[in-house]
Amino acid sequence: MDPILQIKDLQTHFFTKAGVLKAVDGVSLEIGAGEIVGLVGESGSGKSITGFSIMGLVDAPGRIVGGQILFKGQDLAKLSPAEMQAYRGNRIAMIFQDPMMTLNPVLRIETQMVETILSHDGSVSKIDARARARDALGLVGISSPDERLRAYPHQFSGGMRQRVSIAIAMLNRPDLIIADEPTTALDVTIQGQVIHEMQRLCQETKTALLWITHDLAVVAGIAERICVMYAGRVVEQGPNANVIAAPMHPYTTGLLGSVPGQNRRGQPLQQIEGMVPSLMNLPTGCAFQNRCNLVSDICSSTNPDATSTKDGRLVRCHNIAAGDSA
Amino acid sequence: MTPLLTVSNLSRDFTKSLDMVAKLLNRLGQNYREEVVHAVDDVSFSVFKGEIVGVVGESGCGKSTLGRMVAGILRPTNGQVSFDVTQAKNTDIPNALRTQMIFQDPFSSLNPRKRVIDIITEAPIHHKLIAPSEKRAFATEMLQRVGLDPDTLQRYPHQFSGGQRQRVGIARALAVSPEFLVCDESIAALDVSIQAQIINLFVDLKDKFDLTYLFISHDISVIEHISDRVIVMYLGRIVETAPIETFIKQPNHPYTQALLAGVPRLEVGKRQYEPISGEIPSPLSPPTGCHFHPRCKFATARCKAEKPALREIAPAHFSACHLNDEA
Repeated sequence: MDPILQIKDLQTHFFTKAGVLKAVDGVSLEIGAGEIVGLVGESGSGKSITGFSIMGLVDAPGRIVGGQILFKGQDLAKLSPAEMQAYRGNRIAMIFQDPMMTLNPVLRIETQMVETILSHDGSVSKIDARARARDALGLVGISSPDERLRAYPHQFSGGMRQRVSIAIAMLNRPDLIIADEPTTALDVTIQGQVIHEMQRLCQETKTALLWITHDLAVVAGIAERICVMYAGRVVEQGPNANVIAAPMHPYTTGLLGSVPGQNRRGQPLQQIEGMVPSLMNLPTGCAFQNRCNLVSDICSSTNPDATSTKDGRLVRCHNIAAGDSA
Repeated sequence: MTPLLTVSNLSRDFTKSLDMVAKLLNRLGQNYREEVVHAVDDVSFSVFKGEIVGVVGESGCGKSTLGRMVAGILRPTNGQVSFDVTQAKNTDIPNALRTQMIFQDPFSSLNPRKRVIDIITEAPIHHKLIAPSEKRAFATEMLQRVGLDPDTLQRYPHQFSGGQRQRVGIARALAVSPEFLVCDESIAALDVSIQAQIINLFVDLKDKFDLTYLFISHDISVIEHISDRVIVMYLGRIVETAPIETFIKQPNHPYTQALLAGVPRLEVGKRQYEPISGEIPSPLSPPTGCHFHPRCKFATARCKAEKPALREIAPAHFSACHLNDEA
């Protein structure tokens, strides 16, 4: 089966006065129908810009300068803004971190939902569109959807607002949803509710989901595959269980070691020394070299290519030889 | 053993007074009432020397208000916080300085127009703990304690990254040699790898300087990692306090159980999430009786009517739930 989304060597650069900032520099990944892929990284790793690039939402001075974003075989990077509009919110939808910023505060939920339907399909009557909006609210677990349709965003709590944005994203039954830190602003019990709804919707509607987050524990719980980004590149990607249980890239190892929890009580957490380097002047060679404990001479001269391993992973590290397994 | 810090029957209300229109309408026979939020409602606990006590809860549960009252920067409506000065290592320090606070946002908690050297030495100079002439040497030592390069003394806060800025905040708190630190979501704004660095720093400092912590966080993994004892709050009240092993293995209160079940964990791997029903109620009109009853699957008629008391159900394990009476 062909994947829904296939990104090949995507490069999104920002052309600033101070120089070229390579926010996304050669990212490749694919997502199949009904699959959840976790894209993990720290601030500035380029994970959000990858999401924006897929949606065609990269603003000047940023530009997609290379690579392909194949959505069911169609290269989104080559589409005109008008053509992209037909996909956005229709075949591909996005959910953002802060639902208060994405919902229009002066329009009723109903208006915003009906607009989403009508702008992509003019043949739907307003009454049908409203019925679909109501069903979508019910689907994400909002009680008394008829009354809630008439409400304004400020009348909802944070968790409820995020459900509304999920409902809006699901309205046109998209093939792909990009969720950028959708539960980061929510409390634990509410986060559990939202994750539950997303999992259920993906299983029922076979929607592909790209879940972008800094929280490894969340993606470990839901994703089939995990991509770890560092300084604009995917340094390791592979099946969830393998990456979490036996990370191969030193950055993934460090990241996993720095997650606190009950099993590590009383022992110091593993630290990754130093900070993420500025994307403006990345060192030649591997971007992780100055924080890596396995660094050798070749790391400072050559940027490692992605090596595929026996258990179906791609790892960008000189310490991994082709065909290796953890 | 006597506790270092005792909090007894502490409460804090926030009142929104009536505006002009409401007052006028009241004269015309309307009945507008002042809105009162019981942010912290009759909370008692104690902290022993050298302990790390974690406070967990979701937004609006009053954990930050509690922390501010313990740190002495917010006056309680009722009750008191008492510090056992006889256990203090430094007797010639003003009592107000013994408790210091470290805040969540390292961007807004440092004065952007002051250099690091002044940020760190302002309080000790003001309280005459050091002479102005010792400023440089003192600030250098403080920066080294928190793992920052002393060359950065003359820099402004914006020249640091988030993690470094949090270190400056910690150095500022340590500058008056406190015995007790209140950390209010001190690592919530940091990236995972930086968060680990700061957690390790807190643990190191505790051992080096005999510190005691009240560690407030919404992140249960962090609390589980660092605390010796845990206080769980819900809508202004303590629902459970337990030693960490008990908290992890035998949580008693249904809310604690639900909270723990919702935590994403690396060890568990892929799983199907089961949601807890309902939302956190508005603190303006909390449910009657036990605050948790509308979301609790074990709720009975009694839970709606009567507020459960915090009772000791096992040594050092307290829980406020009516279910414990039946067993």
